[in-house]
Amino acid sequence: MSDDLIQRVLKTIAEAQRLPLEQVTLDSTFEALGIDSMDGVNILFALENEFDISIPDEAARGIRTVKEMAEGVDKMVAARVSN
Amino acid sequence: MRRVAITGIGVLSGIGSTREEFWNSLRAGRPGFAPITLTDCSQIRFRNGAEVRGFRATDHFGERQTDFMDRFAQFAVVAAREAVQDSGIQWSDALRETTAIVTGSCVGGQTSEDAGYVELYRVGRGRVHPLTIPRIMANAGASHISMDLHISGPTFTISTACASAAHAIGQAFGMVRSGASEMAIAGGSEAPFAFGMLKAWEAMRVVSADTCRPFAYERNGMILGEGAAMLVLEPLEAALARGAHIYAEMSGIGMSSDASHLTQPSPLGAARAMRAALADGGLSPEQIGYINAHGTATQANDAAEASAIRLVFGERTSQLPVSSTKSMHGHTLGAAGALEAAATALALDRGWLPPTANFATRDPECDLDVIPNAAREVQADAALSNSFAFGGLNAVLAFRARRG
Repeated sequence: MSDDLIQRVLKTIAEAQRLPLEQVTLDSTFEALGIDSMDGVNILFALENEFDISIPDEAARGIRTVKEMAEGVDKMVAARVSN
Repeated sequence: MRRVAITGIGVLSGIGSTREEFWNSLRAGRPGFAPITLTDCSQIRFRNGAEVRGFRATDHFGERQTDFMDRFAQFAVVAAREAVQDSGIQWSDALRETTAIVTGSCVGGQTSEDAGYVELYRVGRGRVHPLTIPRIMANAGASHISMDLHISGPTFTISTACASAAHAIGQAFGMVRSGASEMAIAGGSEAPFAFGMLKAWEAMRVVSADTCRPFAYERNGMILGEGAAMLVLEPLEAALARGAHIYAEMSGIGMSSDASHLTQPSPLGAARAMRAALADGGLSPEQIGYINAHGTATQANDAAEASAIRLVFGERTSQLPVSSTKSMHGHTLGAAGALEAAATALALDRGWLPPTANFATRDPECDLDVIPNAAREVQADAALSNSFAFGGLNAVLAFRARRG
């Protein structure tokens, strides 16, 4: 994952959740950030817009940390570029 | 306070366009899911829905009438006609003036609303159809029933998302019980298969890409459905006096608000509604022999509902049959409480409990007897029907069997 991608993911999550950017790190869990399932759906929507990707429900299910989310986005961006 | 009987049932659904077709599908455990045909789903992550098959408005209404009616209002009237005919009621002018009509709808005339927006934003026309407003208003179903059947008593619509019809039936029940109305037609209707509406459901990520598996480990969301169900409610004494068939007694309504989260259900709120329904109906938990669950097949609902049932029924939970008929007729939103009240009343009338279809593997988080896949020949003495809406608004209906 590039630093740029990580920063954009952190910023998108922080903005969607209305948190100070410095509070959201790659090591944050959703639980620690107070992100519940509906917040998660909001964040997926924001990430889809930010990266111009479509995240399937199956891929999104089970994601519990910022790192997992960033890795998922990374894979989808890579798949989009290679297409 | 008077006792209240259910003497008429009308149903239009993805598993049958009449009450008996609906019941036969429930009894057979047969889901009504197929690729959605009413709108193009090629740009939507899910394909399947429970559509009312073969419905042609002109089979039921004159062309001039259909101009004024969205699909959801047409469903409401067709179901109400069946329920009233089934009840065998003989109308008098006085009865028409004291009969209440209470309907539930969550999203109103979506087909008409969507068509209007297509004209405005896609086609780029500067005007929409002049009947757009009267077609989309959520009370259109109630108004059309009133006009169609010449019933002029208290008539209104309740909108509490997926609990709309349960709240509506509960209000109608209260009016008949108190003597405010001599009869009521109550239920709900919904026709949500419009592109914009489906995109909104897609965005929420609660709709399954394949099928609806309530309470199963494999569950991955709801399947949307459309349709309507209407009940005729009248005082038990009046029903007995005229020798009407009584499907079941309606005995209680329990309502609560979670007051916690807009979409995450609370077992405490649901449990309070179930307890309130038992208390209102003068029932003990031991008397309940069946629960028609809200059972949407989302991760959150089913686990919370199972917890709530355990809070109310304690150790008896493992011996208490619970099924989600949404596994067959889909989630019909504002009509769901009515389809499920109809299913519950029919279960008490026929002495069979409908199953939870598409069930695969037990989930320890949903530790219930879900009547997996096959109906069970059991005459329950009393039953609950649960409806838990987005927004945390809960309505639970309680019924007693007349036979047994």
